[in-house]
Amino acid sequence: MARSRSVRYFDSPGSRAFDVFNGVLLTGLAIVTVLPMLYVLAGSFATESEISSRPFFLWPEKFVTDTYRYIFSTDTFVRALLTTVAVTAVGTVVQLFLTLTMAYPLAKRHLPGRALVLNLVLFTLVFSGGMIPTYLVVRDLGLLNSYWALILPLAINPFYLIVVKSFFQELPEALEEAARIDGCNELNVFLRIVLPLSKPIIATFSLFYAVAIWNDYMSPLLYIDDSKKWTLQMIVRQLTAANADSANVLQQLESVAFPEQGLKFAVVVVATLPILFFYPFLQKHFAKGVMIGSVKE
Amino acid sequence: MATELAPNQVVPPALPMTESSPRRKRRGGRQRPLWRDLLRYRWLYVLLLPGLAYFIIFKYLPMYGLTIAFKDYVPFLGYSGSQWVGLEHFEALFSGPDFGRLMINTLILALLTIVFVFPAPIVVALLLNELRIRVLKRSIQSLIYIPHFLSWTIVASLTYLLFSVDFGVIAGWLHSVVGGQRVDYVAQADWFRPLIVLQLLWKQTGWGTIIYLAALASVDTQLYEAARVDGAGRWRQFWHITLPSIQPTIVVMAILTSGNLMDSGFEQIWLMTTSLNRDVADVFDTFVYYVGITQGSFSYATAVGLFKGLVGVVLIFGSNLLAKRLGQRGLF
Repeated sequence: MARSRSVRYFDSPGSRAFDVFNGVLLTGLAIVTVLPMLYVLAGSFATESEISSRPFFLWPEKFVTDTYRYIFSTDTFVRALLTTVAVTAVGTVVQLFLTLTMAYPLAKRHLPGRALVLNLVLFTLVFSGGMIPTYLVVRDLGLLNSYWALILPLAINPFYLIVVKSFFQELPEALEEAARIDGCNELNVFLRIVLPLSKPIIATFSLFYAVAIWNDYMSPLLYIDDSKKWTLQMIVRQLTAANADSANVLQQLESVAFPEQGLKFAVVVVATLPILFFYPFLQKHFAKGVMIGSVKE
Repeated sequence: MATELAPNQVVPPALPMTESSPRRKRRGGRQRPLWRDLLRYRWLYVLLLPGLAYFIIFKYLPMYGLTIAFKDYVPFLGYSGSQWVGLEHFEALFSGPDFGRLMINTLILALLTIVFVFPAPIVVALLLNELRIRVLKRSIQSLIYIPHFLSWTIVASLTYLLFSVDFGVIAGWLHSVVGGQRVDYVAQADWFRPLIVLQLLWKQTGWGTIIYLAALASVDTQLYEAARVDGAGRWRQFWHITLPSIQPTIVVMAILTSGNLMDSGFEQIWLMTTSLNRDVADVFDTFVYYVGITQGSFSYATAVGLFKGLVGVVLIFGSNLLAKRLGQRGLF
């Protein structure tokens, strides 16, 4: 990313002063960006009294795990966590399947009808039916209160589809041609030649899709009424949102004494942690994925 | 000619565009009958089918469903059985009490986005570009990208934990500086817009730099060398080389942003809406939810959504046209 090292500026005092200023400013920016997350992490291991009495801390005075023990002892939270993990896993597989199978034929320029389908896809980027008509389709399919409603309506991200299509287009045609001469049909070419070559992009988009489902709040809000089927994001929102309908969902459902504030910190941490865990992998790939998509046709 | 975009980022037009090869001519130029194509490419069509079904069911059926914006939709009667009412719902929207408020709230948020959120990644990318210590640059990038991957629920919760009246850290700190009554920043109408902007800045600035950094990285270093030989200082190099090099990217991003001006981010707004701030918080997206899902007025809500969608289409084509008129390379 960085400009070549051969480029040097005149090292005037003003220029050097700017470098120091710039370095400090950007470092400060990065710190400010992560501080809220670090505070919440620290808060989740602190006692109730520490959270309410100490203004800000990055390390709790007294290290306790009460909040975590509490939330993992409630059915509500554990169920939501397992639901979210399962929906994310199944959803990612479904989304990848649909995206890859659709992108491959679209990458074949000679395929009759390709332009039409491609334009159908591109049009959805500019215009869509919107919330209510989509809701009605989901309802008419009988998917309300079904986990499939969290997966199917978002099954293909058109942006990702186009990026994957561009990737397939850039694969060397000669390899596929050779396989065809050896008697492979298109399906086998796709499965045996193209997919193994696409591991990096498959890795990238499985992560992107997984993050999107994990983070999705709108779909459960629209399609899931049954609180037993709530995902983690719904629980987070119910517990911590400014306009949370009930101050405490977990207590309502379990009626046990609980660490009220620390609980919110811990729930936020658990809902964030998997993403932070996968973040290094995401980061490794996303710049590549981003640039591959930059193709005009 | 179709244009393809990747999420949040568009081609830095400084890069050469590929895919110039014309559609391959069929041997002999003969038109093959359709069934032979279908047979020959059967596996490709089989692969295409599930994805195509997805687009038809979940993208194009809802577009057909938009017809209920001109009907009095009764679930029992279905799409075709419900009565046509023409533009009744649109008239109700434009003459109703909510329209002015929704429009103003949406426009103010759009304006704040243009003024504060849009330039932020450009500034940060330019500053990062000037950073000469590579390790530092990399680490800063890694840290400021993180919030992009957190959900709006998490962002709203963090906001709550930091700004809430009873134990929020920043709320407490502001109280000790300003004094007076404790303020409930999260619930108050006055603080709704500043918090929304703050959230957007925190979540999207870092990620937004990627596209500009890519454009900056593609600048030919010989330009800088030549400028140096000619005696250009750092500021002049920045002004005459660096800045012009990302200008096309800025234009493309501006077109995209203006196309999205009516999209106020449903999840974000919805999560920050309280009973106290609804007057300033309600935008078209959340209004559609209230009216449609909560109150069950499907037709009216669909009309509101359709109005918003059409304005979005006009905006994106309009700004694209404007960019071309101004001598810039448009998006399509």
